Amino acid sequence: MNCTRVMILTLVAAVLLGTAGAVFAADDTQGFDIAARSDRTDLGFGDSDVELQMVLRNAAGQESTRALRIATLEKPDETVGDKSLVVFDTPRDIEGTALLSHAKILDPDDQWLYLPALKRVKRISSSNKSGPFVGSEFAFEDFTAIELNKFDYTYVGEVACGDLTCDVLERTPRYENSGYTKQVSWVDQTDYQIRKVEFYDRRGDLLKVLELKDYRNYKGIWRAHTLSMSNVQTNKQTDLIYGDYTFNTGLAENDFVKGRLSRLR
Amino acid sequence: MGTYFKAIDRFAAALTRRVIANRWLVIIGAVLIAGALGSGASKLEFSTNYRVFFSEANPELQAFEELQNTYTKNDNFFFVVESASGEAFDRDTMAAVEELTEAAWQIPYTIRVDSVSNFQHTYATEDDLIVEDLVRDAEGRDAGFLEERRDVALAEPLLRNQILTANGDVTAINVVLQYPEKAFTEVPEAVEFARGLRTDIEAKYPQLTIHLTGVSMLNNAFAETGMADGATLMPLMFGVIFLLTWLIIRSLTATFSTLLVIGLSTMVAMGTAGFFGVKLTPIAMSAPIVILTLAVADSIHILMSLRSLMREGLGKHEALIEAVRINFLPVTITSLTTIVGFLSLNFSDSPPYWHLGNITAVGIFAAWIFSVTVLPAAISVLPYRVKEKQGTEWSVRTMDRLSEFVIRRYRGLLVGVGLPTLALIAFIPTLDFNDQWVEYFDERIEFRVDSDQAMNHFGLYPIEYSIPANGPGGISEPEYLANLERLTDFMREQELVTHVYSLSDIMKRLNRNMHADDDGFYRIPANRELSAQYLLLYELSLPYGLDLNDRINVDKSATRVTATIEQATSAETKAFFNDVDAFMQENLPSYMHAKPTSAAVMFTYISERNMQNMVVGTILAIAAIALIMMFSLRSVRLGTLSLIPNGLPILTTFGAWALLVGEVGFSVATVASISLGIIVDDTVHWLSKYVRARDERNLSVEDSIRYAFRNVGMAIVVNTIILAAGFFVMTTSAFKMNVDLGLMTILSIVGALILDFLFLPALLLFGRNKEQPEIAGDTKLLPSTA
Repeated sequence: MNCTRVMILTLVAAVLLGTAGAVFAADDTQGFDIAARSDRTDLGFGDSDVELQMVLRNAAGQESTRALRIATLEKPDETVGDKSLVVFDTPRDIEGTALLSHAKILDPDDQWLYLPALKRVKRISSSNKSGPFVGSEFAFEDFTAIELNKFDYTYVGEVACGDLTCDVLERTPRYENSGYTKQVSWVDQTDYQIRKVEFYDRRGDLLKVLELKDYRNYKGIWRAHTLSMSNVQTNKQTDLIYGDYTFNTGLAENDFVKGRLSRLR
Repeated sequence: MGTYFKAIDRFAAALTRRVIANRWLVIIGAVLIAGALGSGASKLEFSTNYRVFFSEANPELQAFEELQNTYTKNDNFFFVVESASGEAFDRDTMAAVEELTEAAWQIPYTIRVDSVSNFQHTYATEDDLIVEDLVRDAEGRDAGFLEERRDVALAEPLLRNQILTANGDVTAINVVLQYPEKAFTEVPEAVEFARGLRTDIEAKYPQLTIHLTGVSMLNNAFAETGMADGATLMPLMFGVIFLLTWLIIRSLTATFSTLLVIGLSTMVAMGTAGFFGVKLTPIAMSAPIVILTLAVADSIHILMSLRSLMREGLGKHEALIEAVRINFLPVTITSLTTIVGFLSLNFSDSPPYWHLGNITAVGIFAAWIFSVTVLPAAISVLPYRVKEKQGTEWSVRTMDRLSEFVIRRYRGLLVGVGLPTLALIAFIPTLDFNDQWVEYFDERIEFRVDSDQAMNHFGLYPIEYSIPANGPGGISEPEYLANLERLTDFMREQELVTHVYSLSDIMKRLNRNMHADDDGFYRIPANRELSAQYLLLYELSLPYGLDLNDRINVDKSATRVTATIEQATSAETKAFFNDVDAFMQENLPSYMHAKPTSAAVMFTYISERNMQNMVVGTILAIAAIALIMMFSLRSVRLGTLSLIPNGLPILTTFGAWALLVGEVGFSVATVASISLGIIVDDTVHWLSKYVRARDERNLSVEDSIRYAFRNVGMAIVVNTIILAAGFFVMTTSAFKMNVDLGLMTILSIVGALILDFLFLPALLLFGRNKEQPEIAGDTKLLPSTA
């Protein structure tokens, strides 16, 4: 009698747990699937080159602009990060300063900086690079290619975003030393592009909101040309305004090695 | 004009008859109106921001807001960690610091945390720039590592004497917050969390003592002090008034009626404040105390008249009508002068004093209305009897003796009172302004105790300078950095200064790192490009929350230098500002000149700002009150003469304070207008009786003085006792501005009593010969009532 009761209870519990597990599992995959579908619209761009303006604005309304170029080399394998090279054109006192970055999925990125005034390349040996990129509201991780496998995903729901409908995903960093506890991203259901990202600080409070606007299609590859990041806690803001992208410019692996940094100009 | 005053008399009598006929309607109506207005009190909230002490127009506030918008906000918590071991870098203490640093990020609205553990230590290894937490995983480290890191910290100018004491015994954690400033619960919410953290860490590491201070604790202390005052002062005040009224009038009915009047008046005042959205501060919280004190005076005058009229044999209702009739004008005039005095507080630069002035003005107005309506109505409803007394009372005998003494010795009194008064006034220039916010609170307030402890080890008053460079990117110019270094060195040499945070130290450290940690390169980089690129490299290496955005503005055309100073008087602080200014003028290019700013700077100048504004306000109040006196006494000459007993007590108070205490906070600016409205009442009562004797009874100066003393002398003494008791209650406040205000008001009230009794009659006697021809002219204008 007692024995049967225990068995029944166990069975009920198992069913309940199973169902719950299945539901969570379904959610997880859905979130990941949407993120993956978005990530894969980018697949096969090969390499790209673009010039951009970075406009910084503080709470007092003062502005400052920096000009830079970013060259990116795609690594089609999703378990390996892309390689990128950022070269500063203005302000003049950092002209020619170049940042080479080999993105990793879970380990800290490898980064080197070439200082033309010192004529030396310095490796940036910091495990925690979540700080602002050159005084802006962007961290380096916020605007470089987002690697699919850096995050775990949860599907939240769908909402209207402008003329489109967006899937809302919550993504939590899988790597150590992120400045964020979670991010919430809006991915549209038409072109599968990220339209907006909210960043939550380590307390779980909303810290920054990134809006990606002015998407243009380069033969199937979508690129946003205005990225606006607003810090809702400090009321500071940074806009990235991109020029036209060029794809397949013939960049190769050996353009993204430390040794090339000093010979860029 | 006499008919005009008779009309007022008739009005007052008719009013009281109506009130008595409709007494229940009056009582219920008043309670309902007071209840409706009083409901606004539920909207009252305590301000949790020290900025409430500064008006929008305050130049120091504007400069500070500008700085904070350019860099970051300056609200902070400052945890001072003291270990029983006397060594900050022992393993347990470091583990606790690490834990507290990490946990502090969870305090609501935190945007930055600085400690020895998360300090971004930089060093070179071949071509790598290593940037890492100075202490990580302290528990797993050996003593050698901790000792090495201790040496680094002690040699680091950004840490030494700010985050770590120079001998390495005590360390601190600084938490910077940015409040959205949308709700008053934000600061208490953060404070509760911070206190919880302290409790947790102290429980886990029993060898540690943690003192919690900082601007957020200051802000919270304002609210907590106001609430504590409200909880202790209000019941005490009601108790004092109950006791005094009962002692003076010896009637429960009268006591109850008085409490009803002043209770309703306070409700109306606080409720109105709520409807107007006033943010409470410890200063505004003293308004109910002031209202209770002043409102009771109106009732006491009417009740004392009522008692003596009933003793003369009048029935209760006739006596009530007569008591209101003869007091209507004096009560109106004294209410009016008090309202004028308090309204002039609106000239202050500090909004809390506007609130105190306006709340009190509304309360006094309500007390005036209720004293002539609710009071007679309540007395007529309740049982009230007076025992008839035989013979002259001791009070009358005392006053008679006093008047004889004054008349006999008036020449001696002129000198005996006049000279000490002048001597005290001569001390006024020695009065120093001193506003140190930690000392605004007494030792009952946790913030004061913790801050005092913290100040044993670190300076607590930051002074900010935003030093401009020559155009965008100019902060990397070697000339700018070299000058910045000289300024930093100069500031560090100043005795008051405990610490200076400056970009020049970071640049020197980076230059050394870039040259394989060669100490020979611990200097400003040789050219602009080098500095700019080092900075870029460093910024790319910093983690979230530890960036340089709070130190360098967006276009890199200015940096922020923070000098922290120890406990110092406002005068010493200003001397430091002047020294820095002189150094800049002499040694720095003009584009680098900058003015100090910060909360500490704002408080350093708060007294002067308030003084400047209040001088105008006080002069206007004096002029308005003199006009009211001239009008009510129907004599320009006596109105002008009244300026002496009205003005001198305030001046002697300042003089006495200069002699006894020597320094004042910004509340001093408001003492004059508050006291003025109050002490003028004594003069009104005394002079109006004197004038009535001269006019109606055609008595000589001597006899008129006797008449005035006999008829109103005791009422003035009683009034002074009540007022002194009320303001004495105010001195038990935990907030120094209220204590000072209370003490100074008591001094001026007592001074006014002395001058009204001993000096004013002496002046009248001294001028009596010259007065004779004029008296005929004055007579026609004399009021028939006063």
